[in-house]
Amino acid sequence: MSNDNLISINDLSVDFKAANEIVHAVKNISFDIPAGKNVALVGESGSGKSVTALSILNLHDASHVNYPNGEIIYQNKNLLTQTERDLRNIRGSDIAMIFQEPMTSLNPVYPVSKQMIEPLMQHQNYNREEALKRSIELFDRVGIPDPSRLINSFPHMMSGGQRQRVMIAMALACKPKLLIADEPTTALDVTIQKQILELLKELQSEFNMSVLMITHDLNLVKHYSDYVCVMNQGQIVEQNSVNAVFESPKHEYTQHLLASQPERHINSLVSNSELLIQGKDIRVYFPVTKGFFKRKIDEIRAVDQVDIHLVKGETLGVVGESGSGKTTLGMALLKLQNSTGEINFKKQRLDTLKEADVRPLRKYFQVVFQDPFSSLSPRMTIEQIIGEGLQIHFPELTPDQRMKKISQVLREVGLDDSILWRYPHEFSGGQRQRIAIARVVILEPELILLDEPTSALDVSVQKQVLELLAQLQQKHKISYIFISHDLNVIRSISHRVLVMKQGKVVEQGETELLFNTPEQNYTKELLNAAMV
Amino acid sequence: MKSNNHISPSQRSWLRFKANRRGYYSLWVFLFVFVLSLFAEVISNDKPLIVHYQNEYYFPIFKFYKETEFGGDFETEADYKDSYVRKILTDNDNWMLEPLNAFNHTTISYDSDLPNPAPPSEFNVLGTDDRGRDVLARLIYGFRLSILFAIALTIIGTAVGILAGMVQGYFGGRVDLFFQRFIEVWGSMPELYLLIIFASIFQPSVWLLVILLSMFGWMGLSDYVRAEFLKGRNLDYVKSARALGLTDRAIMLRHLLPNSLTPVITFMPFRISGAILALTSLDYLGLGVPADTPSLGELLSQGKENISAWWLSLSTFGVLVGALMMLIFIGEAVREALDTRRV
Repeated sequence: MSNDNLISINDLSVDFKAANEIVHAVKNISFDIPAGKNVALVGESGSGKSVTALSILNLHDASHVNYPNGEIIYQNKNLLTQTERDLRNIRGSDIAMIFQEPMTSLNPVYPVSKQMIEPLMQHQNYNREEALKRSIELFDRVGIPDPSRLINSFPHMMSGGQRQRVMIAMALACKPKLLIADEPTTALDVTIQKQILELLKELQSEFNMSVLMITHDLNLVKHYSDYVCVMNQGQIVEQNSVNAVFESPKHEYTQHLLASQPERHINSLVSNSELLIQGKDIRVYFPVTKGFFKRKIDEIRAVDQVDIHLVKGETLGVVGESGSGKTTLGMALLKLQNSTGEINFKKQRLDTLKEADVRPLRKYFQVVFQDPFSSLSPRMTIEQIIGEGLQIHFPELTPDQRMKKISQVLREVGLDDSILWRYPHEFSGGQRQRIAIARVVILEPELILLDEPTSALDVSVQKQVLELLAQLQQKHKISYIFISHDLNVIRSISHRVLVMKQGKVVEQGETELLFNTPEQNYTKELLNAAMV
Repeated sequence: MKSNNHISPSQRSWLRFKANRRGYYSLWVFLFVFVLSLFAEVISNDKPLIVHYQNEYYFPIFKFYKETEFGGDFETEADYKDSYVRKILTDNDNWMLEPLNAFNHTTISYDSDLPNPAPPSEFNVLGTDDRGRDVLARLIYGFRLSILFAIALTIIGTAVGILAGMVQGYFGGRVDLFFQRFIEVWGSMPELYLLIIFASIFQPSVWLLVILLSMFGWMGLSDYVRAEFLKGRNLDYVKSARALGLTDRAIMLRHLLPNSLTPVITFMPFRISGAILALTSLDYLGLGVPADTPSLGELLSQGKENISAWWLSLSTFGVLVGALMMLIFIGEAVREALDTRRV
């Protein structure tokens, strides 16, 4: 067995020196990467999976990191004790890496060709022409259309999927034996995600290389990996072949992770519920202007002729890839974005009202954003954040009554009132999202727009937040417009689903019906890619 | 992290500020000297603090007493430096308590036998200037005026700068475009020539200077505040505040402003030191405050005229360097304190 192993990691620990303390990021882990296989490191954020991967190439900041024990054996050499010079020969040529964010991992000021030929000239002793020729071949291989033209373009001229393909082509340039892929598709749309993973799989067998895939997405692991190491708090709690782990998870944490796949939480609807909000022929066009006098030469149709309606207590899921206009549509409905078209909220025309007249109505329709880190003002206490809306919409409350209401809503979202005087930076992502939900629920709204509320959260936290939302809906009969790119999440919470593409509604219908018998090709493609 | 629970971001900044000992002590020394200089009349004055005359107490600093009240000849205010008056007030059981430095900034010292500017002596610790006024007294009053002037200029400049930056950054678009062009035009006006012209039209005074310098001083800061607002207005917490139904005013003041103050506070000590220097340079050039006002710049220019009177230039230079250095140390500590990447 040991001869087949490309890399063996034995009893590795990684410590980081913070200001006055030492953080044990990785604790005594051991695993092997067999040649030509795909090994997945799975875990939630902070579990130490990326730290482990970066240790293989020793890419940590040397002044902060310390390896108290363990070894990483590659070709009978311990990589941890190699000099920087020797490591440079291994990096890029024997072991290559691709990162999560294809936008920031390419240098924006150089054309991709320049960045592409660098490793070839460095490690393979190609001259410029040969390197360029080889690059074009590789571009062709990773599925970039018209490679000889696109190779001279700049990173911003390419789409996210194309950039990730460029990253893969760069990684493959020197025929590495191991490719480390750190969340390679997390920043990409589902359909692109699938293409990239298929490509990786093909290339893996073609080049006979090993892949170490770091991911939080169990779905990917199931389809693309051979072995899995499940990490939790710096330790590997379980490692085995994919089938074994998925069929009979042994460790409690693995079972917990697998059980964290969203379940269906749908509250039964009261029949003949009243119509809450209705939008007719909603359009948001952004003019493209040119020249000094701002001549309009074109327009971007972010939302195009959308009809939408929602009854009381209902959840409407809005799905689509990035740029499909789902957030813009939500913002337009709540009058946070200028639009044309008729919007009725409880039989009152919203679109003709002035901003000042909409303001008192705002307590009825609220928003929860995706990123719980930027949605809470860092210089306000939790009490101020949650209480702010009360002061505006319920000015008649005395401070005591207000306080009582705040503690009550905190308990409702699963927090207790000992946190009132703390500041947002002291909380985890899941807790912050609960605070953001508390801030809107306290106003007793009838409609909440949830803009990817769970996308920035770990799976187990995601599940808890979905449960909370379902509970709140049942208790207060709130309607949700739930925007997400994650079909699993949408399926678990929505009564109806609206599929958007390029500003238009492609298909809509009752959730299970739509998931089981999609009519449009685009919907089928999406569902297929999401592997549901 | 755990030990830092319940600490607000501003409290944490204060802890970081305290961790920089040099800046922290500079702040205290600076505040101490400044507060002391606010009581300049008690420390350096030609009138005694307390006079005990014929079993009654008099407080000449606070009250006007005629010389006749002390048995003198004139109806005018008693001249406590006059040897005749001094003799009356120190005879018998009478006594008077004089301030530490017994000169006002306008007092002309007749004690020295040497021509003015006279070198340091037992009467004038730091000597006299070319009109026979005590240099120490002029330094104390001049320091106070400089700091007060600088603080006034900084407060006005900062307030106007924040306001302009807020409006530009929050509303963006046309408002921003118009304002930016205005700032470009306004900023290209020759400040120094305007000062010279205004100095010849109006009677020069401290307030005129504050107004003139404020008209130009706000521009640098508004750019930073504008940038912070442009960045901040698209963040989710601002969108959430809009969705909560807050007015523009409330969003700007409650959500954006506290998160945009980092450059404002960081620049504050440097603005103060810049303002002190501006006043000193204008006084040095003779474009600043009226001639009898105590000013560091005027002392420096006297030092240049009387190059051999080292006590003039050296002492003024010492005061200036000391004040500016402390402000720079404070500024450095503030900058570190507001850097959230530090623990």
